[in-house]
Amino acid sequence: MNTASGKSKFAIEVEGVECRYGERVVLTNVSFAVKPSEIFFIIGGNGCGKSTLLRHLIGLKQPVQGQVKYFGRDFTHADRAGRQELLRTFGVLYQNGALWSSMTLAENVALPLELYTQLDRRERARIVSLKLAQVGLAGLEDYYPVELSGGMKRRAGLARALALDPAIVFFDEPSAGLDPITSLKLDELIRQIRDTLGTTIVIVSHELPSIFDIADRVVMIDSGARGVIAEGEPNQLREASPDQRVREFLNRRVAAVQQQQGILHP
Amino acid sequence: MASPIIITPAQVATSRDGEVVMLCLSGNWQITASPPRWEQPALDRPLRRIVLQAAAIGDWDSSLALYLSAARTWSGQQGVELVEQGVPAEVGRLAALLAPKPTPPAPQPQLADLVASVGQATHQLWQETKDLAQLLGECAYSLGRFIRGQAQFRWRDCFTEMQQCGALALPIVGLISFLVGVIMAYQAAVQLRQFGADIYVADLVGLSVVREMGPMMAAIVLAGRTGAAFAATLGNMQANEEIDALETLGVSPIDFLVMPRIMALFLMMPLLALYADFLGIMGGLVVTASILDIPSSLYWIETKSIIDLSDLSTGLIKAATFGLIIGLCACLRGLQAERSAVGAGRAATAAVVTSTLLIIVSDAVFAVIFNILGW
Ligand SMILES: Nc1ncnc2c1ncn2[C@@H]1O[C@H](COP(=O)(O)OP(=O)(O)OP(=O)(O)O)[C@@H](O)[C@H]1O
Ligand SMILES: [Mg+2]
Repeated sequence: MNTASGKSKFAIEVEGVECRYGERVVLTNVSFAVKPSEIFFIIGGNGCGKSTLLRHLIGLKQPVQGQVKYFGRDFTHADRAGRQELLRTFGVLYQNGALWSSMTLAENVALPLELYTQLDRRERARIVSLKLAQVGLAGLEDYYPVELSGGMKRRAGLARALALDPAIVFFDEPSAGLDPITSLKLDELIRQIRDTLGTTIVIVSHELPSIFDIADRVVMIDSGARGVIAEGEPNQLREASPDQRVREFLNRRVAAVQQQQGILHP
Repeated sequence: MASPIIITPAQVATSRDGEVVMLCLSGNWQITASPPRWEQPALDRPLRRIVLQAAAIGDWDSSLALYLSAARTWSGQQGVELVEQGVPAEVGRLAALLAPKPTPPAPQPQLADLVASVGQATHQLWQETKDLAQLLGECAYSLGRFIRGQAQFRWRDCFTEMQQCGALALPIVGLISFLVGVIMAYQAAVQLRQFGADIYVADLVGLSVVREMGPMMAAIVLAGRTGAAFAATLGNMQANEEIDALETLGVSPIDFLVMPRIMALFLMMPLLALYADFLGIMGGLVVTASILDIPSSLYWIETKSIIDLSDLSTGLIKAATFGLIIGLCACLRGLQAERSAVGAGRAATAAVVTSTLLIIVSDAVFAVIFNILGW
């Protein structure tokens, strides 16, 4: 856990990253830094490029420019071995869990352990039970992903992301499509993981309740600016951001002129 | 279903008074009940104003907005004043959202496109060849890691796939090969009997089955059966972000998903081809024994005398290559699949088409090579 954190002040440093699809520039010159053991939100409106940014952070896409560093070590330009090592410092929870559908929950959670630890089968099984219990899915070891509901899949995905006790966990829209109580519980779970293990948490989301509940800091990106328009503590930004877009977003209120559009039936 | 709802159909009553046209809308305007379309008033006499009287309408939906929008557009174009009376304000707003249609772009001339589309097709073919070559390269690289014991290769997955594409394919491969043997024996028998050369049916069937038809039939069946399954599985995993999840775990999808599958096909195809050879020869034997009155033992001896090791080995080399081709094409298509539900289906189709095509092409290449080598 967090072995590397001593080397650098920041868990994640994003420096001047540019994201493109073909010729189309989605984000340019994105820079921010995440401190260890922080719950950090990446927020912004639909289609502004949050998911795109996340894919660049976790190495599924290569930034056209700029770099991403984990604990002071360059991830973007790392060689194969260095990359492999850095990949193990973080876990990712995908939007729908992305569980491997041909394996049971236990096998899903066990695979990272099987690949990267020296544990024997019995020890692995115990860790798997622990992780599943941690996310509230104790006893569902032998279920296949298709047999679970959306919220359960996401929690199982979280168990898998936590399997190697990574120093950083990324979440893509963790509460989308969850009922208010489940989403609240998931938020609590996230905070609990941070508090017990000191894990750094990065969450892509636009759920205001979650943001104000658990975020230590947020960075807001905007499709018009194609980049970061604000960074800071959510409550402070809501009250006192100089940028009107940020205040509108966080207060869930739009200036009167735009509000008229698209209201339809009597 | 207590009482059916009675719907008064939407109507437009037109009346004319000098330079003013009066349109009276009434009834229930429902888009599902084919409401009236906008019809322009006759322009034989000068027209100054249209009055749209909608006070008598019942229920309404988007159809009314469509009508109103058309009326507004037309009168705007003709410079005729449009007076709306009793039109609900919401309809007015909806109609305003129906922006006037931009004129469609002029259609491109068809003939000039021919050159462009040939060029595009060529470019695409080149691109696909490169993709295939790249996957082949990555597999070779992964094989290198495997040999050094560094690959994240799981024999368990490989055995599962071997069972799927090998053991479970035995019935269908067997049936098809047997029937191909029967068909060839019949065809040969008709011709050879004219010359009293009945016994050579055994030579003909034996050689063509072992050198060509056995591996080929096994490959075609596996392309349809296993190739499609591989592509669909990988395509689904792609859509479900399962492959992303592997990559962010630091697991190469090539090592973990592609190699076990290609390996399984590569190992099972020669075995399946041998099995197909045997059943093809049996097909020939059954036909000759039943219609040509050649004893089975004689047929068997003749077959054994004509087939030598080089025939068998050409067949087996081909079979292994076909296995490689099926695996590569299927995995390529699966990994290329669009991230959607239709993506997986398309990938499966494309995998079957590509691998069947490449199997036939490579068979032709083998024919030339073996001919030169004199095997
Ligand atoms: N595969 C792709 N190819 C081309 N453009 C893409 C692709 N994926 C996303 N985009 C474009 O990139 C932009 C950002 O998309 P992205 O999915 O990152 O938005 P987002 O911030 O995650 O939105 P949401 O809140 O709706 O999830 C969008 O304008 C989208 O059209
Ligand atoms: Mg998104």
